[in-house]
Amino acid sequence: MSETRRASPLHAARAPVAAAYACALLTAALSFEHPLALFAVAVAIVGAGVLAGAGRSLARAALFGVPFAVMIALVNPLVAREGLNVVLRLGEIGPLGQLDVTRESLVFGAILGLRALLVVLAGGALLAATVNADELLRRFRRISVRSALTAALAVRLVPVLGRDARRLADARRCRADASERPGAAERLQIVRAVVTGAMDRALDVAATLEVRGYAMPAAAGRGRWPRQPWSRHDIAFGASAVALLVLAGGAHLLGIATFHAYPRTVAPVGAGEWLLAVALVVVALLPFADRRGIVP
Amino acid sequence: MSVLRFERVTYRYPHAPEPALRDISLDISAGAFVVAAGLSASGKSTFLRAACGLVPHFHGGEFTGRVTTGGMDTRAHGPGALAAVAGTLFQDPETQVVLSSVRAELSLPLENRGFSPGAVARGVEEAALALGIGELLDRPTHELSGGELQRVGLGAALVGRPRLVLLDEPTSQLDPVAGDELVWLLRRLNEEWGMAIVLVEHRLERCLSAADRVLAFEDGALACDASPRGFLEWAAERAPALATPGARLFARAGLRPPPSGVKEARATLRAHGLLDPRGDKQLGDRIPSAEPAPAQRRRLRRAAREGPAPALAFHGVWHERSGGRAVLRGVDLSIAPGERVALMGRNGAGKSTLLRHAKGLMKPTRGRVERGGRVALLLQNPNDYFLADRVGDEVGEEALEQAGLSAVADRHPRDLSGGERQRLALAIVCGGEHGPLAALCLDEPTRGMDRAAKGDLTSDLRGVAAAGSAILVATHDPEFAALAADRVVLISGGRVIADGPTGELLTGGWYFSTETARIVDGALLAEDGAEVLRARMSTEVRP
Repeated sequence: MSETRRASPLHAARAPVAAAYACALLTAALSFEHPLALFAVAVAIVGAGVLAGAGRSLARAALFGVPFAVMIALVNPLVAREGLNVVLRLGEIGPLGQLDVTRESLVFGAILGLRALLVVLAGGALLAATVNADELLRRFRRISVRSALTAALAVRLVPVLGRDARRLADARRCRADASERPGAAERLQIVRAVVTGAMDRALDVAATLEVRGYAMPAAAGRGRWPRQPWSRHDIAFGASAVALLVLAGGAHLLGIATFHAYPRTVAPVGAGEWLLAVALVVVALLPFADRRGIVP
Repeated sequence: MSVLRFERVTYRYPHAPEPALRDISLDISAGAFVVAAGLSASGKSTFLRAACGLVPHFHGGEFTGRVTTGGMDTRAHGPGALAAVAGTLFQDPETQVVLSSVRAELSLPLENRGFSPGAVARGVEEAALALGIGELLDRPTHELSGGELQRVGLGAALVGRPRLVLLDEPTSQLDPVAGDELVWLLRRLNEEWGMAIVLVEHRLERCLSAADRVLAFEDGALACDASPRGFLEWAAERAPALATPGARLFARAGLRPPPSGVKEARATLRAHGLLDPRGDKQLGDRIPSAEPAPAQRRRLRRAAREGPAPALAFHGVWHERSGGRAVLRGVDLSIAPGERVALMGRNGAGKSTLLRHAKGLMKPTRGRVERGGRVALLLQNPNDYFLADRVGDEVGEEALEQAGLSAVADRHPRDLSGGERQRLALAIVCGGEHGPLAALCLDEPTRGMDRAAKGDLTSDLRGVAAAGSAILVATHDPEFAALAADRVVLISGGRVIADGPTGELLTGGWYFSTETARIVDGALLAEDGAEVLRARMSTEVRP
């Protein structure tokens, strides 16, 4: 998964601003447990993905994220020992002991699962699909050359190892002793081969970075590049990111959208919560209204 | 003025029993075009790595002597600092590109040297235009083919207009057309801008005519440092495996001096009155069409009905990518048992896709593939087939013995030599204990191979074909195709455009043609060409 340049206001913003915006949505997802606020953040993330033309990337990420979220939602009721309203008594189950599934643990499991899904969508798919990693690394390099070198290596290795894995899987299918449907052991062999080769690949990519002069002091380029004026999209998404963080922090300070999972689920829904939900969606999606100057 | 100087350099990789470079001393002046030759593992790549500073800074090991690149001592300056004077490109294109878009990749070396944005933009445009990759500038690098990646990597090496360019087999992924174009581009940069070029290459016939000087390595030592003609004379006596087909042709015909290229060879033949007077015959006279005449078509159809079942046949095979282009467009091709067929064409013509269909890794979107039995496919990199830590655990004892690898059964597959690795990979895909093969397909099996290893592979393929299996090999190397195949299929834009005997199809062309055929019309290999020349000498040359 990587950025594909599209005609969208988010792609038109500079990489650090777009990354800050995606991170602000991620922070908002992590800071709320109240279902209404989380739902608003979900609408904001999916809306941002669709309006940025990255809906498919989000859908692909959801293919991995939804099973992960469902697993969390199912495991929580089995491991949580809290909650007053028992909905199912499973009796004595081996090492888990007496197992009672409560309504509160089911609700909180669903909330934790939704939050995990939103982290995957905002922190993985939206960030990867809309932020130019090369531009971000270039700016990051001004701050720390070595960290940027490591990050560049890691970013480049993802598609290289992906191709290696596809090649190895094809080679496995070409073996005379290959079975029609590979089992877990054969898949594990491919993973092992990719991991074994990863070090060699990392060395080759690192050598290329070296001979391109990536680690040179001049590479930091401090002061050499003129400041770029802030575009309307830089300002809009920068302001949106700040506003999202202020809303998240302000809600906690003012006691809006508080949530208690145990012993009884408490999630008040009043004017404050509704206002917060609407504000989160509007603040997140408003920058997309301005579509001037977005063609790459 | 010297741009690269080696003074008594000896280098040993960490934990290696033998040095990779032994007492190398040489001096390369500005504006020189130098080709580095040698068999596999002779020290050529290590020589380049020492010139760009990766040896010893990146690889470690024991290093003695002094290397001076662009006036900078590599012991005091690392590869990053040397990048300002030396552009470098290594073999594997996958790891030669480090950023996610082509424009960013070409900008990187200039930005690293602190160029202004205007200078970066201009440098990127010029490098892209020079290499013909302007249309790739805004493409993500993960979408590029191997050939495209190699050109982008070369662009990144050249973009800063370095005084010295170090290239390790840059044509290995390119078709003959792109390979020739690349060598001529390097010659132009060398002549117009005075860039010194050091080019490591196995297919010497491709680049020797552009070179001023040749360095030949043997076991890490510099065995020959001479002009192309001097090198060919040395190779004829000391290292026949390094001699070009043109030089072998002249040696067998008893002609001197050995030619460094087609132009020089033809000039010598013209001077001796040995050039074919019909040398200006139209190409169309020689290249067989993929479309047989109606009568011939009827005969072929009857033969197909009555003759033995094909080992492998494609019936109107299409492969159309969802939301993308058609990679194969109605391919009709039939290969008989025991037949050896070379599949040739430009990068992206559909050769690899056709082989994948042959094996069943891909399903046609239209048409069908008929297999006369089990089909094996050997992909480009033999290392991809190795899953065990021991050679003996990869295949059965019988197959190991047939491959001549019983003696190395306890070694790790990756510790084998290049040729042994390929034989093991062949044994893995052929799987002798699973019954006879109908067809064996190979995708670019000679990439990075020296001539000796190619000869071994050719013998192996002939053995497989003699046992009744059809061979279908995709290759960019006309010399290998001439040795290994008795029929050549030329494919372009997903269609078969020419299909005929090797002797007809690889003669009389400019690109898909052996060097001998470009020198002596109608002859395919050096042996045939020498015979033609000897015959002409006995009838046409007066003492």
